[in-house]
Amino acid sequence: MSAPLDIEGPAAPPRSNGEFVFAEPWESRAFGMVVGLYEAGAFTWPEFQAALIARIAAWEALAAPGKPYSYYQLWLAALEDVLAGLRAVSPEEVTARTRALAQRPAGHDHPH
Amino acid sequence: MTTTSGPDETLPAALRTEALEQLLTERGLIDPKMIDGIITTYETNVGPLNGAKVVARAWTDPEYRRRLLEDGTAAIKELGFGGFQGEHIVVVENTPTTHNVVVCTLCSCYPWPVLGLPPGWYKDPAYRARVVKEPRAVLSEMGLDLDDDVQITVRDSTSEVRWLVLPERPAGTEHLTEQELVPLVTRDAMVGVAKVAAP
Repeated sequence: MSAPLDIEGPAAPPRSNGEFVFAEPWESRAFGMVVGLYEAGAFTWPEFQAALIARIAAWEALAAPGKPYSYYQLWLAALEDVLAGLRAVSPEEVTARTRALAQRPAGHDHPH
Repeated sequence: MTTTSGPDETLPAALRTEALEQLLTERGLIDPKMIDGIITTYETNVGPLNGAKVVARAWTDPEYRRRLLEDGTAAIKELGFGGFQGEHIVVVENTPTTHNVVVCTLCSCYPWPVLGLPPGWYKDPAYRARVVKEPRAVLSEMGLDLDDDVQITVRDSTSEVRWLVLPERPAGTEHLTEQELVPLVTRDAMVGVAKVAAP
């Protein structure tokens, strides 16, 4: 007899059924930002989806053979495309902030 | 140097994501705590287990099965699952002679409320391109060998329709209860790239 806990607990088969959904923490942040912005009404889902499809199609058309496919990299790019279109955040602003973050000393605990 | 039409690939995506989150937070467009909540929801609260409960109910309750195949979204909602990316779920049934397998050829449309987030292989360009052209070969490579007389239908997801496969109930499970059947149902079986095995 299996107790309900067997299927609800952390050892339940579906949780061992396949690989990690997010390979790295940043992927989950990128995912969460898109869903959060959508839920807040910043854009419609078809708008984001069209941007994602365009990014995936462009990658598939141009990718060098053997180049690793990073779905969430394209997801992030699609989010930036949509935000740039909305004039909410420009790619240049993101690049500038990224460079600033890259200057941090290693192991630097940044406040949140 | 480019006048960037997108992310600068020389900087790690992790940093770029962090930079974007900072900017959006400063502009009041997102709240990091809300993002935490969304991630927790999708990592732990929705997932293949929801779909497994739907399948086990359909295997043990013929009336529910009928409603599920008639109106997937409504029947799935009966069990309390629904919402974002699950607005229009169509359930298709696998039988000894017909086999359905799901793909999203354009991106990665997937019924989140019942299956959680898509696995890596589902998003992979190779799977998305090949399963349409040579489903039998792709399924065989994934460990599912179907007889030549089994008819395979490839279901392409769109923003309008998300597919969920109702797998065959394995022989030898007639004595099991609904609760005992749930753990047998795998995500891969509900996408149609595997069968459910008896325990």
